[in-house]
Amino acid sequence: MNTVEPAHTAAPGAEHASSGPSVKLPRAGRKNRDWLHGLLMSAPAVGGLIAFVGIPFGYAVVLSFYNVRLGSPLEPSFFGLEHYRRLFTDPDQSGPFLRALLNNLTFAAVVVPLQTGIALGLAILLNRKLKAIGLFRSLFFMPVVFPMALVAVIWRLILARSEQGMLNSLLDTVSFGNWGAFDWLGDGATAMASIIVLSVWQGVGFQMVILLAGLQQIPGELYEAADLDRASRLQQFRHVTLPGIRGTLVFVALLTSVMSFRVFDQVYILIRGGGLAEDAARTVMYQAVTTAFDQNNVGQASAITVVFFLIVLVLTIVQRRLVRPDNED
Amino acid sequence: MAMTRTPVRLVLDYAVLGVLAFVFALPALYLFLGSLKPSDEVLNGLSGFLPTDLSFDNYSAVLSSLNSDSTGYFWQFMGVSVLLAFVVVTGGLFVNSMAAYGLSLLTGRGRRALFTLVLLLMLVPFESVAVPLFYMFNGQRNTTYIQALPFIANAFSVYQFHTFFRQIPPSIEEAARLDGAGPWRTFFAIIVPMSKPVFASVAILTFLIQWGSFLWPVLMVSDPSVRPLPLEISVFQGQQPPDWGQILAFGVLLVLPVLVVFVFFQRWFVQGVASSAVKG
Repeated sequence: MNTVEPAHTAAPGAEHASSGPSVKLPRAGRKNRDWLHGLLMSAPAVGGLIAFVGIPFGYAVVLSFYNVRLGSPLEPSFFGLEHYRRLFTDPDQSGPFLRALLNNLTFAAVVVPLQTGIALGLAILLNRKLKAIGLFRSLFFMPVVFPMALVAVIWRLILARSEQGMLNSLLDTVSFGNWGAFDWLGDGATAMASIIVLSVWQGVGFQMVILLAGLQQIPGELYEAADLDRASRLQQFRHVTLPGIRGTLVFVALLTSVMSFRVFDQVYILIRGGGLAEDAARTVMYQAVTTAFDQNNVGQASAITVVFFLIVLVLTIVQRRLVRPDNED
Repeated sequence: MAMTRTPVRLVLDYAVLGVLAFVFALPALYLFLGSLKPSDEVLNGLSGFLPTDLSFDNYSAVLSSLNSDSTGYFWQFMGVSVLLAFVVVTGGLFVNSMAAYGLSLLTGRGRRALFTLVLLLMLVPFESVAVPLFYMFNGQRNTTYIQALPFIANAFSVYQFHTFFRQIPPSIEEAARLDGAGPWRTFFAIIVPMSKPVFASVAILTFLIQWGSFLWPVLMVSDPSVRPLPLEISVFQGQQPPDWGQILAFGVLLVLPVLVVFVFFQRWFVQGVASSAVKG
């Protein structure tokens, strides 16, 4: 499941705070070889990270400047910025990529406020001392553990185009038989909306849990004081709850926006086997994978990857900037 | 929230929660009920939502022989997924916790450089290295180890361990060192046993992500014999005509292990997720 990989709010200098106590040991008369052991201990993970993240990342940048095709007898040739030009400005070739970028932006623009909002609503609803509240919390969190591949399959059935599809059948019943069949996934107008709905269903519990933890850090006395002042529920929400979780809320929103650009599994599966309208639902990662895998065009796929990374990087920097001041407690 | 509650409010609270929870649970319910229906009744509209006769036929069919042209067997897919999860989780716990401790032993410029490296690599999502990795390891397609290898070392796990180890009072470590324990013994005999919570939450988070992993298998696996469960369900559901009963039974079997882990270790799940986010 690719959605649960929480980013973090650490500032790149965070470790300096700890550099004192854990290292300063009394070593009278003992030769200090700690650094050597430290290096040995960190070698496997650091080596792995360099081999599987660092080098490939640099390689992606290099490949994006070359015309590299998998299984091609031709030697890779230097291509300069040609891939980027084709992706962004070539009238014949930029279409699918720009569409994917636009789709992804739409996805993010809808999902970020929608998912954060629903998560906040649920968190507030579940932040009470009621019996069996834990059960409700687990229930809303449960879809988070569902692999996205499975979620796609379930929703393929719910949104099935026949009259017997769950949603169509439901709408038909509520409208007293006036609905009939509608191809939610296949229709360009609703394809992206379908992906949004199933993604929010799967992911919202994750944001909810983070916001719940944030809500629980608001001191109860603040609400008691607000009660004494006869503040209404709405006023309490605006003047106690919202300021209390501002930092968490910003963090969640930006975390969600980074995740929105990583969306791939459900789009790929539903386009391949579920009749999802390809052009209306393709995303940046879908474009990268199909370019590399189906067209064997590794160079151009790498360029897409680099663009993807730049988007994520900008969002991450914004996240750091916005969250850090709040985090110094 | 300390608030006075009237019985009416209480009933209302439960009603709102109950309705929301029910709507929210519907897709999952549909999955479980559907897996117990004959295939032709899965897509049967609202009236067919509640099955008339439940049976485990789909499960026995999936478990004995998949109705799939991929010539794979369920236990084979399950075996691949379990093996990958095991290697990535245990291997990851080992190397990443050790690295977090090892890095704290370093001093000076080297320390700063390596910490910065880990923090920077943490910013690189797997998606942005998938294509070059696919190109670099094209010769290793359809092997089991290449599916696990890139996910063992994990910068975010190192970071999580580091945050936890930082909170251990230095006096404990100093005492061990004064007793003559070297860094390795101090780590394995003192630090690791004290750090069960962080091991638990890193393990669970890693397992959850690995179990659903899809992008890398899509790129690297075409051979059914090394295909993990999430990839197989995507292949299975794409076949014409789809055998919905069996697909959903397969889906239940796919989600069951994570669901079990979730139910039993819920506290660690939520703790891992929340602590990584709120504490920073």
